[in-house]
Amino acid sequence: MDTSRVNKVNDYVWQIPKSGDMKVPAFIFADRVLLSEMDDKVFVQLSNVASLPGIIKAAMAMPDAHWGYGFPIGGVAAFDPDSGGVISVGGVGYDISCGVRCHRLGLKKSKILPKLETLIEELFRYIPAGVGSTGKIKLTVSRLDDILKHGAHWAVEKGYGFPEELEYIEDGGRIRDADPAKVSTMAKERQKKQIGTLGSGNHYLEIQYVQEIFDRDAARAFSIEEDDVVISIHCGSRALGHQIGTDYLQILGAASRKYNIPIKERELVCAPIKSPEGMDYFMAVGCGINCALANRQVLGHLTRTVVQRIIPEATCELIYDVSHNTCKVEKHKVSGKMHKLFVHRKGATRAFGPGHKELPKLYRQVGQPLFVGGTMGTSSFILVGTQKGEDLAWSSACHGAGRSMSRRAALKRWKGKGVINALKHRGIILKAASLRGAAEEAPEAYKDVERVVEATHGSGLARKVARLKPLAVIKG
Amino acid sequence: MEELKPEWQTFDHVADIGIRGIGRSLEEAFENGARALFSIMLEDILAISCKQKQRLECSSYDLTGLFVAWINALIGLSDLKGMVFSRFDVEIEGTRLKAIVQGEKWSEKIHGRGIEVKGATFTEAKVEEKEGLWIAQCVVDV
Repeated sequence: MDTSRVNKVNDYVWQIPKSGDMKVPAFIFADRVLLSEMDDKVFVQLSNVASLPGIIKAAMAMPDAHWGYGFPIGGVAAFDPDSGGVISVGGVGYDISCGVRCHRLGLKKSKILPKLETLIEELFRYIPAGVGSTGKIKLTVSRLDDILKHGAHWAVEKGYGFPEELEYIEDGGRIRDADPAKVSTMAKERQKKQIGTLGSGNHYLEIQYVQEIFDRDAARAFSIEEDDVVISIHCGSRALGHQIGTDYLQILGAASRKYNIPIKERELVCAPIKSPEGMDYFMAVGCGINCALANRQVLGHLTRTVVQRIIPEATCELIYDVSHNTCKVEKHKVSGKMHKLFVHRKGATRAFGPGHKELPKLYRQVGQPLFVGGTMGTSSFILVGTQKGEDLAWSSACHGAGRSMSRRAALKRWKGKGVINALKHRGIILKAASLRGAAEEAPEAYKDVERVVEATHGSGLARKVARLKPLAVIKG
Repeated sequence: MEELKPEWQTFDHVADIGIRGIGRSLEEAFENGARALFSIMLEDILAISCKQKQRLECSSYDLTGLFVAWINALIGLSDLKGMVFSRFDVEIEGTRLKAIVQGEKWSEKIHGRGIEVKGATFTEAKVEEKEGLWIAQCVVDV
C-alpha cells in the first residue's frame, strides 16, 4: 500500500481520512512493514465500507488484513440500526463463523511424543477431512433445524461433549437470533452429511505445544504452562454457511437496489438492518454461526475420544472457541452511552477485555482468550482481549497470518510430498487429505504471523499470552 | 496478452483462485468456466465419464451475476449429489440460464482430490466480448 495516503496516528495505528462518500474515517492497525505490504485494495475496500449507511465511528482493518470480498479480510465495522445502519454479506463472508477452538491435553510434550505418530494417524482416520468427505452423523432437514437453533447445545445433548464446556464457547455455544426458516432448503440439504467434518483449504487440526509464555497471569487463568500440549481445530459452518452466503448475495443484491443504497463493490451488497431482507439475513447468519459452533463441538469431542483412547490420562478440556466471520448484536459505548450495534467481523476475532460479563468466571479477570493460527510450519499464538481493544476496535483483533502468495504460485513452487518431507525434517508430521492442498498451504506461502501478533499486541487490540509450536498437523 | 482462444483457464488471486472460460459464444464461455471450476476441485477432469445427466436452472440481474449464480449452482449440485461433471450444455436467454450437465459420482481413486470451493464471488467477476470471443470469469472462495 502507498503509505503516503494514510496518516500515522502512532507506530501501530494509521488513519484513512474521511473523503468523498466516506461517512467516517478508517483505521488500519499495523506496523509500517505490514502496512506497506498490504494490498492497495485494502485501502479501497475500507473506504467503501466507511461509505455504508449507519456506520459508527470508523471502518477498521486488523494487522492481518488483505484483499477480501466487499470488506477486506480482517475488516471490522459496527452499524447502528436506529441510524439506517446496514447488514452486508461482504462483512460476514462465505464461511460463516469459521473459527478456532483449542483444547488442553493436561500433559507435557515429553509424554505425548512417543505416541504422537499413532495419535495423528488415528485422528486422521477418525476425523473426516478434505473435499467430498462426509461425517458420521446423518441428519434429516428437520433435525438439522435443531442444530441451526441450538448450536453447540445440540451437540452436547447428543453426547458430543459436556454441558460445562458450553460457557467456553462464544455466546455460550448458541446464538438466539437464529431462524432456520430464513435458510434455503438447498443450504440444509448440502449440510445434512457435513456435520463433524473438517473441510479443506486452510482448515486444520493441529497438535501443538506451548513454547513460550508471555503473560503468566492470563496463562494461569487458561491453565497452560510451558511444554503443555494443546490441540487446535480450525473450521467453520461448512456447506451451510457457503450456501447462505451465495443465496443472500443475490437477495441483498436486489435489496440494495430496492432501498437505493449505492454499492461500490458487488459483494458489499446490503440491506437496512431494520428491513425484512436485512433481518432475514441476520437470522440466517445466526443459523450459520450455530451450525459452526455445533460442528466444532462435535469435532472437539471426536478428537477427545481418539486422544483418550490412545492416551487415557489426557484431559482434553476446552480452553475456548472463537469465531471469525460473524455479524453479532453487541452493546458498545458510543459517545459515553451504551448502544446496541451490529458488529461485522470479517476475518477478525472478537476479543472482549477483562470484566466482560459474557466471559466465563475463570477468565473474567484476565479477558477472553483468542487463538491466532499461523502456518503448519511456524507458530500459532494465544492472545487475550484488552480494555483498550474495546475503545479501539469494538473489542476485535487479528485472526491469522494471512496469505502472502497465491495458491497457484504456491502450486508452481512446491509439491505436496516435498512440503510433507520438509516439515518432517523439522519434526512436524503432516497428514494431508490432498497433496495439492499440502502444496498450496506451504508455510512459506503465508505472511509472518509473529509480526501480525506483535502489531496486535503493540496496538493494544489484544495482548500476547503464549506461543504455540506445531508437532503434528491434519490438513483437509 | 496471450492470444485468445476457446478454452478454460485459472488465474491468480491473493488468497483464492480465479476461474475463466473463453468461448466462441456466451454459452461456450460459461461451459468452459464450469470446466475451470472442476479443474480445481479435482486432480483429473479428463477422467470424468458422462454417466448421468442433471438439469440445472438459475437466473440473476445481469450476465456477471448469472455467471456467479451458474458457478454457485454447480458447486451446490456437485456437493448435493456427490457428483462431478465434465459436459455442459448451456442455454442462455437474457439473464436466465438452463443447462444439462453430465458426469458421474465422485471417486477419489478415479478423479483425485482437489480443493473444496466454498462459493463463486464477484471479485474480478466479468462477462465480456473481446476479439470475437466471450470471456466469463470470477474468483472462487476456497
